Amino acid sequence: MTGWVLAVAVAALYLLHQDIWFWDRARPLVLGFLPVGLFYHTVYSLAVAALMWALIRFAWPAHLEREAESGDTLAPPEHDS
Amino acid sequence: MIPALVVFAYLGVVLYIGIFAFRRPSGPDGAEGYFLANRSLGQYVFLLSLFGTNMTAFTILGSAGHAFANGIVTYGLMGSSSAFLIPVMLYVFGTRVWSLGKRHGFLTPVQMYRDRWECGHIGTVIFTMQATLLVPYIVIAVMGGGTTLNAVSDGIVPYWFGGLIVALVVMSYVFFGGMRGTAWVNTFQTVLFLTFGAAAVIFISVSIGGFPQAMERLLDSPETASLLTRERVPPKFFFSYMLIPLSTIMFPHISIFCLTARKMGQFKKTIVFYPLAILAIWLPCTFLGVAANAMHDVPGIDAKLEARATLAAERDALPAEEIAELQRTAAGDDVIILMLEHYAPLWLAGLLGAGIMAAVMASDSQILALSTMFTEDVFAFYGGGNRFGPQVQVQTGRLFVVLIALVAFVIALRAPPGIFGIAVQYAFSGFTTLLPLLVSALFWKGSTKWGALAVVVWTAATVTGIAVLQAIVPAPPPGTVVPIWTAGGVDIITRTPGGTDVWGYMPVLPMLIGSTLLMIAVSWMTPKPRAATLARYFSH
Repeated sequence: MTGWVLAVAVAALYLLHQDIWFWDRARPLVLGFLPVGLFYHTVYSLAVAALMWALIRFAWPAHLEREAESGDTLAPPEHDS
Repeated sequence: MIPALVVFAYLGVVLYIGIFAFRRPSGPDGAEGYFLANRSLGQYVFLLSLFGTNMTAFTILGSAGHAFANGIVTYGLMGSSSAFLIPVMLYVFGTRVWSLGKRHGFLTPVQMYRDRWECGHIGTVIFTMQATLLVPYIVIAVMGGGTTLNAVSDGIVPYWFGGLIVALVVMSYVFFGGMRGTAWVNTFQTVLFLTFGAAAVIFISVSIGGFPQAMERLLDSPETASLLTRERVPPKFFFSYMLIPLSTIMFPHISIFCLTARKMGQFKKTIVFYPLAILAIWLPCTFLGVAANAMHDVPGIDAKLEARATLAAERDALPAEEIAELQRTAAGDDVIILMLEHYAPLWLAGLLGAGIMAAVMASDSQILALSTMFTEDVFAFYGGGNRFGPQVQVQTGRLFVVLIALVAFVIALRAPPGIFGIAVQYAFSGFTTLLPLLVSALFWKGSTKWGALAVVVWTAATVTGIAVLQAIVPAPPPGTVVPIWTAGGVDIITRTPGGTDVWGYMPVLPMLIGSTLLMIAVSWMTPKPRAATLARYFSH
């Protein structure tokens, strides 16, 4: 369940990158100098960091590390093409 | 000249770190030690070095130059999109590549593809494609070095000599230090850039009387008001640009770097802090690039603004040579350096120049990756490893480092200006088109080596097609397009001032769709790898 919620969150954040609603607007200038479109993407970047934290906290693929420690050797390819 | 001396001193420090500071006696496996630092990098070096690897001339000089001409859209195009997609790809693909590399002993992605799809020469085709796409990325670093040294020395160091120095310094520490030296140099460079970059923003802000006044001046002028919006870039273009950061994990130096972590847990901090690091670098670069449009008191920038105004008003009446000269003058790749020289005190300008140099010199990882690939995927694969032993393998890798650096320098001398365009049009779009290779190798049992070959052939054909098209049809003036292929009254392919559009989108969109469909269709029609091979990749 957690995995699905996070997958939806990742998809939603992908879509939220396309913020056409601020396309031709410069004002308000946040803090007096940051155009609203640039401010949106600043907040967006912070939201991404939060989502990444959630991914590694709740959906870390720990099985990959166990598999890596299991050991194996590289088999030479048998085909020549 | 003082900034140039500081930059030269910085280059000496970098050489020391790369060659001597973190040297360790080689372990029993010489190749793994030289090419992958014995898979032993700790979490902070892993984070800072991986980020530093992505901090290139393209990022610092190209982004500010792009923002100077196009406005705040630059951050959304490449900053926030990278802040999102790069960590996601490290999470999804990087961890799996690390795991497979550790488990099966891979040193390069091509070794994995060969094993996964039971192929030999098709792996060589993949190597050739990746190497060809990586070369432009190395070239822009040499060009960036030439531009930076030329600018910080007030033109005393010529462009060609600056590029030569960068090529020689990078070549030296990659040659002697291998992955460990490269990783520590990148770590040092990232810390330096983050520290002095923050100082630069503060100094410039204070010197110009605060950013709010600069923004209000831009908004008051009809010519510059749109720089604070995204009107200069169509939404379709913006949407398709979101695909460009997908190229990151397909760059061999990034996927090879994923193999250097000591534990998979090293990825955690990188995944979380990567968006913040992007924000810390890209936002100031974009903002300063835009703000430069209000800095008429900086002579170099004022000359650019005048050249741009002349081009806009008199382009049709000017001879081709004069247009080219004005375009060179108006290009914004050095606006940040010009600002620093004008506003920051000399000593700080030097340190900041060194910081920019740090970013510009990120070609070290690419050169090492190319060398690793050549040594492992070609030399060792075709018998050199068994015949001559691991030590000769390392020496071969070093020889290739020298060759790559020299070739990149020669190409940089002849390449046209416009760091941003070169990188995007060829390397980034090409690597994004190759993404189905990694996705299907890791997640689709039904994928085959013939599907992989189809993806590579398609990538080569489309990248070549775009390059030829843009060579035949010259770029039209800003604000206009040249239809190449129109069907039913709709422009399907158009030549734009910045490159080529396909139905309004960047070519990378149809290129990626095409390679995905080819992987699926060709794999369905061709024989699958053996069950024993698949079991080694899909145990769950």
